[in-house]
Amino acid sequence: TGSLQNFLNHQKPNPRPQPQSRNLFFPSHPLYFQRTATLSLTPFPLLFSSSTLTLSTYFPLTPSLRSPSPQRVSRDPRRGPMTESPSSEPEPPSPKPRAAAGNGMRLVVPLQGVVQGRGGLILGSLIPCALFYFLQLYLKRHRSPKPPASSSNPPSPSSSSPNLGDLARTSSRSNLLGRGSIVPVRLSSRGMAIAKPNDSPYYVGLDKVAGDPFHRVDNPEGIIQLGLSENTLCFDLIERWMKENLMDSLMGGDGAELSINGMATYQPFDGLMELKVAMADFMSRVMGKGVSFDPSQMVLMAGATPAIEILTFCLADHGNAFLIPTPYYPGFDRDIKFRTGVELIPVHCRSTDNFMLTVTALDQAYNQARKRGLKVRGILFSNPSNPVGNILSRETLYELLDFAQEKNIHIISDEIFAGSLYGTAEEFVSVAEIIEGEEFDKSRVHIIYGLSKDLSLPGFRVGVVYSYNENVLAAAKRLTRFSSISAPTQRLLISMLSDAKFIEEYIETNRKRIRRMYDLFVGGLDQLGIRCAKSSGGLYCWADMSILIALYSEKGELELWDKLLNVGKVNVTPGSACHCIEPGWFRCCFTALAEEDVPLVMERIGKVAEMCKSGH
Amino acid sequence: MVFKLNNQLLSRMAIGDGHGENSSYFDGWKAYDSDPYHHQNNPDGVIQMGLAENQLCFDKVEEWLKKNPAASICTPEGVAGFKDVAIFQDYHGLPQFRNAVAKFMGKVRGDRVSFDPDRIVMAGGATGAHETVAFCLADPGEALLVPTPYYPGFDRDLRWRTGVQLVPIECDSANNFKLRMEDLEAAYEMAKLNNIRVKGLLLTNPSNPLGTILDGDTLRNIAAFTNENNIHLICDEIYSATVFGKPDYVSIAEIVDEDRKSGRNGLNLDLIHIVYSLSKDMGFPGLRVGIVYSYNDVVVSCARKMSSFGLVSAQTQHMIGSMLSDAEFVEEFLGANRARLAERHGAFTGGLGRVGIRCLRSSNAGLFVWMDLRRLLKEQSVEAETALWRVIINEVKLNVSPGSSFHCSEPGWFRVCFANMDDETMEVALGRIRAFVAKHKEAMKPARKLCAQSSLKLSFSGRIYDEFIMSPRSPIPQSPLVRART
Repeated sequence: TGSLQNFLNHQKPNPRPQPQSRNLFFPSHPLYFQRTATLSLTPFPLLFSSSTLTLSTYFPLTPSLRSPSPQRVSRDPRRGPMTESPSSEPEPPSPKPRAAAGNGMRLVVPLQGVVQGRGGLILGSLIPCALFYFLQLYLKRHRSPKPPASSSNPPSPSSSSPNLGDLARTSSRSNLLGRGSIVPVRLSSRGMAIAKPNDSPYYVGLDKVAGDPFHRVDNPEGIIQLGLSENTLCFDLIERWMKENLMDSLMGGDGAELSINGMATYQPFDGLMELKVAMADFMSRVMGKGVSFDPSQMVLMAGATPAIEILTFCLADHGNAFLIPTPYYPGFDRDIKFRTGVELIPVHCRSTDNFMLTVTALDQAYNQARKRGLKVRGILFSNPSNPVGNILSRETLYELLDFAQEKNIHIISDEIFAGSLYGTAEEFVSVAEIIEGEEFDKSRVHIIYGLSKDLSLPGFRVGVVYSYNENVLAAAKRLTRFSSISAPTQRLLISMLSDAKFIEEYIETNRKRIRRMYDLFVGGLDQLGIRCAKSSGGLYCWADMSILIALYSEKGELELWDKLLNVGKVNVTPGSACHCIEPGWFRCCFTALAEEDVPLVMERIGKVAEMCKSGH
Repeated sequence: MVFKLNNQLLSRMAIGDGHGENSSYFDGWKAYDSDPYHHQNNPDGVIQMGLAENQLCFDKVEEWLKKNPAASICTPEGVAGFKDVAIFQDYHGLPQFRNAVAKFMGKVRGDRVSFDPDRIVMAGGATGAHETVAFCLADPGEALLVPTPYYPGFDRDLRWRTGVQLVPIECDSANNFKLRMEDLEAAYEMAKLNNIRVKGLLLTNPSNPLGTILDGDTLRNIAAFTNENNIHLICDEIYSATVFGKPDYVSIAEIVDEDRKSGRNGLNLDLIHIVYSLSKDMGFPGLRVGIVYSYNDVVVSCARKMSSFGLVSAQTQHMIGSMLSDAEFVEEFLGANRARLAERHGAFTGGLGRVGIRCLRSSNAGLFVWMDLRRLLKEQSVEAETALWRVIINEVKLNVSPGSSFHCSEPGWFRVCFANMDDETMEVALGRIRAFVAKHKEAMKPARKLCAQSSLKLSFSGRIYDEFIMSPRSPIPQSPLVRART
């Protein structure tokens, strides 16, 4: 097309005198010419640009293809003498073979001739298509058989370790199910993808523990669970509250409000207003008194899992993407990608920054995603971070908001661990607090919260979408039909959360106890020579065991994970499951442990560490 | 500078109207919400007859809960179980819950079949269960066949997030809205001709809104048809315990069992799925307990993973588990439920009959009747039906659901729910209908006369004649030509 432009520029200042008869076909008016020319020429270079690239890179052009026939072009009766200038332009006589682009052009030019010539548009489009088809066929036939290892399964099978072998086997078994079974099971393709056994070590580990869970008395040889971030440190408080607040029955005694009619019948799908009010109050207590939350901006659903999915459904279409700092919670791959078809673009954070998110890395990932043609719809981060446990500073939050504003994308802040803080050095700041004061466009900010971590009630399935965008709220409310919270559970929580004294005491005691466990656990690891990343919140620590891995790679990391699981009988989450790019990091959850079990955990990890150091 | 975020930055789902709440079915709810009836505080308010809720046996449930305080862990008696329940988040569900639900499902079907607790998958109500099944079975653009009239929520539950299409199979009053094999085959062939990839057939049995059940032979034929064409058969059996009269209910599970026991094994069980819930049979919609029961292992595993998006609170699982494990209570509850529904149904249809309003006669299940108001329409069109419906909402002050919102092919039918109120409220509702009919006597009279002329049975041709007399410019859907085609 460059040559065409050139040609047109030529024409404008100095239109050649034309014989009258020719004007019928080819009026001299430059505009008319331009239209016909672009109409007939542009489809070709466009259609062909990709194929010429393939041609020149994969397939050395045969001499016959390479030498075009300019005569054919000039013979074109309609174009007459004028064709001389455009057709001669792209091929100055050069003896040396030219670069890829040149080859492409050479191929295109004769085809232009075909288009404008007698062959017409049909022949002109058939020939290149046919050429391209044969080329693909040729390439397919002559492709060297590649080793299948590079195909899909990231954890490569290793004969020495039973569990790693398991990973590969399970996925191949599912392939068999899809193709080879006798009766064609016709499910949806997304259904098949979900039905496949989870091959993430995160889920493999959880399943393994479920089969052989540690119990001090009943199963002292069982596997100790450090892979699930749950908190059992403060159950005594909740139990005591239940006993003291004698609710004589589920119906709450005489109160007409709490009769079976207020529970068994249809309730608002997005949560009872009383629970929203209580939840707003709980959230402001947890996130620091500086912020107040408005119950009308809140949508409740059955857990943070549907909360994040519903929000994703609202913000992004199939094929759009979110940026997400790594390492991130392994469940996001399932919760976000499974059914929505939204992609997650990792923004890699490194140990040198203590895995802190930087805007530079964010910008880089954003640009790369754009280059891949992906539409980025938002940034999703957890604060305090899961699995690292660090906290985003006020400044970083400002930068993130500026970035989102500049790129016109959403911000999703997952603050589900906001109340599980144990650090004193860093102060937790909710994104709600940041946008309150400043002139930010709030409608792009959304917060995810839930009671599974901070009130340690994962079984109760309570998740929150808190948004400043009316349309998101309206859509999310409607989507909660698919995942509402059971009404009796809501009634119970309303009374529990409304007891301010109890909640205050709970939050404080919980923090103290997490702190104590953190000190014990991280101290224990320290004695084994294992350091942890600096962290201030969450129910876990992020331990650097790279000194224990034989190979500084994902394979080495998974080998160590396998040893910890099968020899040490401790289930931790490897960094690779969290998409961490540095091998050797592990997330260890310590809040479901009893204090007296910590020495046993350390003993088990120590045993594996010894094994690794001695080279086995 | 602040850039305002525009709607374009949200997903198509968030700004589209796939939620289907613009349908008049939901409009009626809104009308009720703004002016709800209360016998003392608002005696002139709108009575909710658009909500299929079952409140007839709450006294039994209340009594049981009082007798078994430990079932709900939030009592001093039950607090011992609190710790285990509060932390329980396994998507397989509490074993006690699964066992109890499986046993209950068998009990509802007269213990003629048994259900495997390992195939019980939880979902967020029947709504969530339907969506899960659609996610598992079909990709965007693929379709499920559904006989009309069908529950308006299906348009949302099955299509909205999944991108699946619904292809209606038209049934009409000439045949008591019963699904005929030839209609099913024709709809399937038509969809194939239109290049629509049909993945399955969705049956609501007992039917919502008709309150009818499918007989065993029809069910067998349908199963044979889906089997032959290798498409899925999804049976929504959420009203199975509301069958209050003869003939007896036949579940697809019985057809499956029969096939297995006879040794024929003619049915590919991988194609059969049941959707269940406790919202209608127990009257517990607030508890959000939906169940997917599939005979296909892959669907079970897939649906189970998806159930993390709509898990039932462990506290509720615990409570339901204890309640439904109590065989004596279940027996008593099911009996009382049927008896009371039969009584209420009789009282309500009797009351309507006395003022000359008839309901679909073959109905023996459900929490509603399918009321025939064709004679009150000014002309046989959807517009006339909507106009009449507005009169019923605004003047008669009853929220009933018009047939058009159920994709009914004939105008003039309305679904009226009767189990979500006490006897007094029902009487008030009947009184309002009586007054309304008295005001429109002239409309009812010629209709009755016509009816008498055309013999006792309302025949197909007679009805068409009827409609043409009343509305010479009847719109296309009523044209006999269109009927002849199918």
